[in-house]
Amino acid sequence: MRDDGRTFARLGLLGFCAVAWLLPAAEQGHAQASGDHQYTSEDIEAGSRVYTSECALCHGANGDDVDGVNLRLGQFRSSVSDDDLRGVITTGLASARMPAFDLNSDELNGVIAYIRAGFDPSGVAVKVGDVARGQDLFEGQGDCSSCHRVNGRGPRTAPDLSDIGAVRTPAALQRAILDPITALLPINRPVRAVTRGGETIQGRRLNEDTYTVQLIDSEGRLRSLVKADLAEYEVSNTPTMEPTTLSSDQVADLIGYLLSLRGMQ
Amino acid sequence: MKPLRTLLSLFVLGGLLASAELDAQVTYDRILAADDEPENWLTYNGNYSSQRHSGLEQITRDNVDDLEMKWMLQNQTFGAWQSNPIVVDGIMYITERPNDVMAVDAVTGRVFWLYRHTPSEDASVCCGANNRGVAILGDKVFMGTLDARLIAIDAINGKPLWDIEVADVNLAYSITMAPLIIKDKVVVGVGGGEFGIRGFIAAYDAETGEEAWRFYTIPGPGEPGHDTWQGDDWEHGGAPVWITGSYDPELNLTYWGVGNPGPDWNAGQRPGDNLYSDAVVALDADTGELVWHFQFTPNDGYDYDSVQVPVLVDMDWDGRPRKLMLWANRNGYFYALDRETGEFLLGEPFVKVNWSSGLDENGRPIPTPQPAGSPTWPGNQGGTNWYPPSYSPSTGLFYFAAWENYATIYEPEDSEYRPGRFFLGGGFSVLAPVPGAPTIGIGRTTPINNWTDEVGYGAVIAMDPRSGGAAWKFRQFDVSDGGMLTTASDLLFTGGREGHFHALDAWTGELLWKASLGGQIVMAPVTFMVDGQQYVSVISGHTLVTFALRD
Repeated sequence: MRDDGRTFARLGLLGFCAVAWLLPAAEQGHAQASGDHQYTSEDIEAGSRVYTSECALCHGANGDDVDGVNLRLGQFRSSVSDDDLRGVITTGLASARMPAFDLNSDELNGVIAYIRAGFDPSGVAVKVGDVARGQDLFEGQGDCSSCHRVNGRGPRTAPDLSDIGAVRTPAALQRAILDPITALLPINRPVRAVTRGGETIQGRRLNEDTYTVQLIDSEGRLRSLVKADLAEYEVSNTPTMEPTTLSSDQVADLIGYLLSLRGMQ
Repeated sequence: MKPLRTLLSLFVLGGLLASAELDAQVTYDRILAADDEPENWLTYNGNYSSQRHSGLEQITRDNVDDLEMKWMLQNQTFGAWQSNPIVVDGIMYITERPNDVMAVDAVTGRVFWLYRHTPSEDASVCCGANNRGVAILGDKVFMGTLDARLIAIDAINGKPLWDIEVADVNLAYSITMAPLIIKDKVVVGVGGGEFGIRGFIAAYDAETGEEAWRFYTIPGPGEPGHDTWQGDDWEHGGAPVWITGSYDPELNLTYWGVGNPGPDWNAGQRPGDNLYSDAVVALDADTGELVWHFQFTPNDGYDYDSVQVPVLVDMDWDGRPRKLMLWANRNGYFYALDRETGEFLLGEPFVKVNWSSGLDENGRPIPTPQPAGSPTWPGNQGGTNWYPPSYSPSTGLFYFAAWENYATIYEPEDSEYRPGRFFLGGGFSVLAPVPGAPTIGIGRTTPINNWTDEVGYGAVIAMDPRSGGAAWKFRQFDVSDGGMLTTASDLLFTGGREGHFHALDAWTGELLWKASLGGQIVMAPVTFMVDGQQYVSVISGHTLVTFALRD
């Protein structure tokens, strides 16, 4: 390559995955240390049998036969958390003509696991907890709102999460919380630039091309920098966010809150 | 009176020949000697050797900063605009999606006429309603169409003269390439490699549209090479031809790159070398008979179409002058071949390659297929692709766009052939640094590069053909589908998906000038001269932009 004397940080590839092309954009099944954040493959498999015998008649093999609901893609009318789903299944939803089902707790766990796994027996079924408790954690102990903005509140330093529940799967959210370095999208990487005038600019990358980079700086301002005008330019592969210290139940609650964020309705 | 005035002004613009009658005619002799009239751009690749090297030298490294935009022409339809202009005596012939042809004043960008062919609704193309331009002979321009027709159009008034079926649209044959004129014939190939066609190259009488010869890129029963297929695989084995070939008049050989075998990603479903997929074929230009072939990727499971432009170069090789063909292949290797015989002379990887550990003494790759779920370099779009390269006789370097550090995970599965339907053999995914991250697609659909250089990045490679190594590289943050143009003043013009249009020093790769045009550049620039002014035209996004030095 041509070298203008500028430093381009070379980035190691941080574990490999892939986005499907010509294939359903399913979350790739990723083995990772998940402890009890997730349902087991036995749960999912058991749930698959329950689903076929109890649910498929109305919801269909792909989970999308009922208007406004796509179980496989995690789209529900009002439910967010696993407990919401448990409630609907065990008590029914008269307004939607959904009957109540008398399932034991293993069967109930299983069918929720099967839904959370996207109907994929080898998929990842993330536990989804309580929305209200999750919001408390987001704004309190979890320390998320000191960087992330939601519905017009909070700083813009980190990506705005107002619609994150509509664009991320539970598994992707869980990965971002537990192991942010493997979830940080390349475009969001922190950048640090020093101008020839000596100004140091830090921020989150929004766009980049051969000659320029666009970012939100640490003051929340939109900046566009011409690389030829910079004395230093570095892209970091380490997010400013640390892996969470929350418990697995708290992570499930946090995921519940994040899933409830669906953008402007 | 108006047509007469148009004609008269056309002759004045041409201004080179005493005979106005002759001036309107692009004879075969003119195409043969295209290098003698660098003010025009008479064929897809500029001349029969396809070097995309112009003899014009008004724009130099000293004045390139004085380039300014002279005019723009806006495409009226959306999608990547891959067309290559032809320029004849001040008139530019350009196509736009899906099958429009326009005659344009090359000085002002104003349009004389527009001919519109509406392709059949049954037309099927894998990758967009592309058309890469027209050919011209005499007073006719020729366009292949998405519904696999070939149409001759009056170059002066834009009226169709003949319109023939080249292949059956219901079997998903299509034509996206610009035809090539050889003598009194119009030569075209067919697309459809993702639909189980049986590819071919065919020549048609330019006057009548009558077929003169046809060469199937998959040999039929009894023909040599047929045994590289099993059962009836050959009947729908793909091997399309969707990029314009080259021609050596001394040898009377025409050279064409052949595309992928089908189904694309499941090589196990079609055992054998699958000739002449992923090969270059050298055909007798009068009869279409095969004289030699060289296959780059036998039994390809990676979609490594060899539809690159065959670039013909005469240079000393091992101490004696030889007729060469230079080829940077989608499979990641750069090749030098003897174009008289097809002899393999040199092959070196120009990007990371792991589907093969190298080439044997005959140029055949040593296959190293990767385990299921593991990435293959280069990825599905290849180390390079159809984007036209350039060779400069002045620098002796061969220039092309490469995709660096870009890999794909293939997911082969059995496919059943159904006429006219996709016949892919599975799917693939692009290697990304984190799960769910955006990746590079066939084209660019957003001004934000949210996949970043971690998924792959672009480089202009200036290849020294003698060593197979890069003399220099010019790196870009995003990948590039930009073609190359070099000039006698040792400038290299090219662009990329970011919409930057660059002028580089062809010797060193130094950036001399750039313009941010804002839309992806997915074709090569061309240059021409009218009334003593040199112009450079390039398509960015939906806009054809023409530059010249400030008045």
